[in-house]
Amino acid sequence: MDTTVLGTVPPCMPRPRLARAYLAEARSECLRYLRNPGFLLPTLLFPAVFYLMFALVLPHGNDPDVPRYLLASYATFGVMAPGLFGFGMSLAVERDNGLLTLKRALPMPPAAYLLGKMAMALGVAAVVVGLLEALAVGVGHVALGPEQALRLAVVAVCGSLPFCALGLLAGTFLKGEAAPAAINAVYLPMAFLSGLWVPMAMLPRVLRDLAPVWPSWHLNQLALAALGFDGGAGWPHVLVLAGVTLAAAWLAARRLRRHG
Amino acid sequence: MTSNAVLARLVGVRKAYGAVRALDGIDLEVRAGELLALLGPNGAGKSTAITMLLGLLRPDAGRAELFGQDPQRLAARRGIGVMLQQAELPPTLKVGELVRLASSYYPAPRTLEETAALAGVADLLARPYGKLSGGQQRRVQFALAICGRPRLLFLDEPSTGLDIGARQALWAAIRALVAQGNAVVLTTHYLEEAEALADRVCVLARGAVVSEGSVDALRARIARKRVQCATRLPLAEVAAWPDVAEAGVTHGRLWLATAQPEAVVRRLLERDPALAALEVRAAGLAEAFTELTRDAAAADQREAA
Repeated sequence: MDTTVLGTVPPCMPRPRLARAYLAEARSECLRYLRNPGFLLPTLLFPAVFYLMFALVLPHGNDPDVPRYLLASYATFGVMAPGLFGFGMSLAVERDNGLLTLKRALPMPPAAYLLGKMAMALGVAAVVVGLLEALAVGVGHVALGPEQALRLAVVAVCGSLPFCALGLLAGTFLKGEAAPAAINAVYLPMAFLSGLWVPMAMLPRVLRDLAPVWPSWHLNQLALAALGFDGGAGWPHVLVLAGVTLAAAWLAARRLRRHG
Repeated sequence: MTSNAVLARLVGVRKAYGAVRALDGIDLEVRAGELLALLGPNGAGKSTAITMLLGLLRPDAGRAELFGQDPQRLAARRGIGVMLQQAELPPTLKVGELVRLASSYYPAPRTLEETAALAGVADLLARPYGKLSGGQQRRVQFALAICGRPRLLFLDEPSTGLDIGARQALWAAIRALVAQGNAVVLTTHYLEEAEALADRVCVLARGAVVSEGSVDALRARIARKRVQCATRLPLAEVAAWPDVAEAGVTHGRLWLATAQPEAVVRRLLERDPALAALEVRAAGLAEAFTELTRDAAAADQREAA
């Protein structure tokens, strides 16, 4: 029934070039945020300054466990931000300003977009943890062996993944300028309610009972365990965090496919 | 012309946003080596039609094809380049970095130097995108559209914000790409842009194609001619003549639109022997286009009544 000649499909993409597309996307994502002090400075400095103040300067007791305990909490607090903001805010803005539409029209591999942002978030998370560990050892004289330091870094960097997924999901709901305020409205209360600023034991009972609701509480338990505070079995926390990551990513992917 | 391969098409495409019918059963073909201009007032369905061809939206009914494939397939989109009306690129990235990134999506892109020369951004490569002027940013967006050696280029209002020199350079680049056998789909508000570039013009109104053909054919569909002269005849008198559809005075010259230019000119010369600076010309695309979309609107109203 069809007599017209159809133009042939463009040449296919050799595998090394496809890999380069992924690398180029990750490189651009990292570069653009490294050059954006509005994102980088708060993300790096807030946890570091808070840790310096509340764990190293203000406490007067001689309990050496305080800076070690709070190192875990502020590492958790610190790695939440690159995921929530790096994904949530940038997706919300790019959905609004046409960049995402352009990228979806161009032959960009869709996974490259997400992996690029993820690489950026994990990289920033690693720097946040490194900075906190350096402060703990250098300023707080916390006895932190290389093995413990590495274990905390691995837990915290991997632990930013659920927050990448949550940020991605938030980014599919939010648009443009409203995003930072909305994400902060979730991020800051969740950090407080998970005992990241004030240890859980000092919070009212009802908040302590509610804590397992927050993914950040579960990550904090794992971070504490990495520094030798016994928190019981780790796998339930890993399961919860993996579940949150998969559920949020699945929901976000569904929303992106439907609404763009 | 007809032997040229069809690179993209819409077949009976319908799309509604809620109760609003954005596209109402549209058929459209883009062939290799042609420049197709999509014209129409805001809300006519131009952007929706392009959105379908790019695979950003799925039709409610009918189908969209790119190189004979579903436009949502990455393999099909590797043959296209895109310049959208509104897209803010990351302001902290340098122009060269943006071009390299877009090039990385394609199997056989142009070199950075070639792209930069073609789009006229060679002097901007080291500058951050956010520091550029609006016109420079548009040129960078054009560079991203052509960097992958696309056989089909979508340009949505490409010359918005460009000064005259930059627009001429853009037109030259577009003509060169078409001469090489590539196809271009252009939407524009500048009618002289369509007149200068297009092989074929497709006028959309209310989600339907109201006219399709060459610029000349479109003009010919509009029987009206525009007559202009310097005369002492009062406007009110001339405007009252039969055959005069519209009349006015601009810069001291009388002008009128008519479907019977010969009769009107004869009468003008009879009534005013001192008449000077007589000009008769075919309606521009602007007039043609206004009339076509007005007809479509009138038809709609009759339907609704």
